[in-house]
Amino acid sequence: MTATTAAETTAKKRSFTAAASNYIDERTSISGVVKEFGRKIFPDHWSFLLGEIALYSFIVILITGTFLTFFFQASQAEVIYHGSWVPLKGIQMSAAMNSTLNISFDIRGGLLVRQIHHWAALLFVASIGLHMLRIFFTGAFRKPRELNWVIGFTLFVLAMAEGFTGYSLPDDLLSGNGLRIIDGLIKGIPVVGTWISFLLFGGEFPGTAIVGRLYTLHILLLPALVVAFIALHLVFVVVHKHTQYAGPGRTQQNVSGFPILPVYAAKAGGFFFIVFGVVALMASLFTINPIWLYGPYDPSPVSAGTQPDWYIGFADGMLRLIPPHWEFVWLDRTWSWNIIVPVLILVVFLVVVAIYPFVEAWVTGDKREHHILDRPRNQATRTAIGAAGVTFYGTMWAAASSDLIATHFKLTMEGVIHTLQFTLILGPIVAYFITKRICIALQKKDRSVALHGYESGRIVKLPGGEFIEVHEQLDEYERWRLVSYDTYQPLMLRPNSRGKITFVNRLRAGMSRWLFEDRLEPITKGEIESGHGHH
Amino acid sequence: MAQDDNGGTEITPAASSAVDHRPGDAGTAVIVQDAVENPGFPPHRARITDKDPRKQRRAERTIYTLFYLSIVGSIWAIAAYIAFPIESGKISDLRISTLAIGLGMTLALLAIGFGAVHWAKALMVDKEGIDIRHPVQGTDETRERAVEIFQEADAESGFGRRTLIRNSLIGALVAFPLPAIVLFRGLGPMNEDPVKLLSHTMWKKGMRLTRDPSGTPIRASDVTLGSVFHVIPEGLNDKEDALDQKAKAAVLLMRLEPKDLHPSPDRKSWAYDGIVAYSKICTHVGCPVALYEQQTHHLLCPCHQSQFDITHEARVIFGPANRPLPQLPIEVDADGYLVAQSDFHEPVGPSFWERH
Repeated sequence: MTATTAAETTAKKRSFTAAASNYIDERTSISGVVKEFGRKIFPDHWSFLLGEIALYSFIVILITGTFLTFFFQASQAEVIYHGSWVPLKGIQMSAAMNSTLNISFDIRGGLLVRQIHHWAALLFVASIGLHMLRIFFTGAFRKPRELNWVIGFTLFVLAMAEGFTGYSLPDDLLSGNGLRIIDGLIKGIPVVGTWISFLLFGGEFPGTAIVGRLYTLHILLLPALVVAFIALHLVFVVVHKHTQYAGPGRTQQNVSGFPILPVYAAKAGGFFFIVFGVVALMASLFTINPIWLYGPYDPSPVSAGTQPDWYIGFADGMLRLIPPHWEFVWLDRTWSWNIIVPVLILVVFLVVVAIYPFVEAWVTGDKREHHILDRPRNQATRTAIGAAGVTFYGTMWAAASSDLIATHFKLTMEGVIHTLQFTLILGPIVAYFITKRICIALQKKDRSVALHGYESGRIVKLPGGEFIEVHEQLDEYERWRLVSYDTYQPLMLRPNSRGKITFVNRLRAGMSRWLFEDRLEPITKGEIESGHGHH
Repeated sequence: MAQDDNGGTEITPAASSAVDHRPGDAGTAVIVQDAVENPGFPPHRARITDKDPRKQRRAERTIYTLFYLSIVGSIWAIAAYIAFPIESGKISDLRISTLAIGLGMTLALLAIGFGAVHWAKALMVDKEGIDIRHPVQGTDETRERAVEIFQEADAESGFGRRTLIRNSLIGALVAFPLPAIVLFRGLGPMNEDPVKLLSHTMWKKGMRLTRDPSGTPIRASDVTLGSVFHVIPEGLNDKEDALDQKAKAAVLLMRLEPKDLHPSPDRKSWAYDGIVAYSKICTHVGCPVALYEQQTHHLLCPCHQSQFDITHEARVIFGPANRPLPQLPIEVDADGYLVAQSDFHEPVGPSFWERH
């Protein structure tokens, strides 16, 4: 009897929220999840938002893409256009192109949604790229996050594949020429190229199958993979807990910041709406991919200044940078080095990006977990390698606009290509050395500021007539940011237990010298104490 | 210098460190004995909204105003959908509709976003928390138990012991997806040889050269000096697979001064009075080589900037292409129309493995 009374009294006190929560928890045990994650700490820094932009633009892509599927017809059946866009009236085109024009001109808000989808896709790949650069330059890929780097890298490749397949769907002149290039590229692959092209296009190029096939990839297979990899990526973020920049009080064993509930949820949730809003604003104001100006795909015409979406530019540019006549017939077969070489360069470039964390871990032999991020200057060689990579990528990317660069700046096409060919090889080397010098100079500046303080701008005349500028000491919190970082020594080459120096050891020692020979010794407590007296 | 060539077993600098308690070998990392000590978290600094109640009220007002503005934006977008029809087909109407709906949505979204972030930054309790990290790996007991489980499972199933069963299973698992891969052969048509298809176009002896896209035949007298014609074979537009055929058969027709042409001996009869026809499909990766430079007689591919010199049988003078554009031998029929002498004498378009 007493039990009933107790239940009645609690029921009276209970709000609707409490009752609903209880209902859910009794069926899901979700209270455990809230207890575990509700107050989980996330550190704060603007550079941590880049990955969030990628995530949110992907959600925008999913929402707008679903809308578009209700109207798009992935078919290359020939139809005559009767829509609202006058210049193309009566023109024969595929159902894909026809339905894309209808989305743009005959469905209210259709053009807006199409443009949000396309802008968000461009932003998606861009933010992944910037996020990867942030991870690289701050060393966030180190143990225990090497596998998550590979997952993120996979997402970058998947995002490019998503972008390209989507770009090709409208079956317009520009994207058709893009597919034409892909077909030519595939045909140049030794042994299997001709057959892969034949199977992909369901016969000869262009055929009538490719749009439907790309559509399946674009809305089913690739998004499923992207969602799965994002889920995995985020699970690891939770397992590892987020990295943080060096700062007073922050250690390898803690993570400081704001709890998910309420601050982080409000900030991150709000940021989703900001990203969505900015993309919507761009889509309202700026045209993207005006397929109605290009017309339907036809293998014969082409417009000058053709360019792919930005993220395919590096591949297209690499094709342009190959000098003439890199092809010959040997053993009765055609060896298209003008295709094979750029494809190999792209593959090797991507593979180097994917495996860099493992290489660095092998060279340092450091098996500790790293949760405090590097400042790029403190890892001079890594930062220089990154700068060289960015220069290499940027040169390939610029080459995709070689013709536009020539026409806009009134240069010769040949001159632009030749300059970029030189830049592709020399640019990364120059960028490497400049970056490394700048990093070491910044390290020296940090060291000097930490030891001797900063210039206060206050000039004092001493009794003897001498003028000096007074240096102010940093407080211990500011100084901590400058003095707390990891450094490595070059590995000394020594024989192993059998008295031999193996090739692998030589390689490791060589790479270790390359990465860590030029460096400053970390500042010690003693140095700071003795350093104070100098000024 | 660090000594880590034996896997770092000789030196254990991490253990001697006073500051670093992370488990694991530090490798070649420099461990500073006399390291600067972490000063700990700096004292908390109160925000202006914590100190000044008027600022706090102002932030509150800003935030709910933003949220109300968001509602206005949503209603505006719905109203714009209704108020600005696009059915007239006029481009200005489309522009207004897109802009009005889009700006309404933008306001709705950005106002929520800025409101929420401002709420978090200005009003929610500004107290940073700290979580303690633990090594990612499981505890020693967990790991031992995991190993034990695998060992028990192995013992109970005999997976390691019954090698015949195990290996035959692995074989079966390798073999079973193979039929699925074979099924994908159906992506391409069964009874066609791609190499044969790529080696021929629809051009044949006596077929008229017609204008792209209208299909009207071209008289030799129509082709004035310096002009360029985009050409398709007669009857192409009626073909079931017109685009596939066009992707191979598209041709560019140009008339030069006969003295400017430098044909090799076996090709002297392929031109007609300075009129030459070349495949329009680039020998690099297949873009249409559509830009003709009248003064220099160069053809330029707009995709990757390969350039071909028409005066010298379309040889490559710049860009990534290797082979000259294939030439279509032409002549004039009894009515004065340009016709092909034959198909191309080599496959057109991008190179492929079996081409020779």
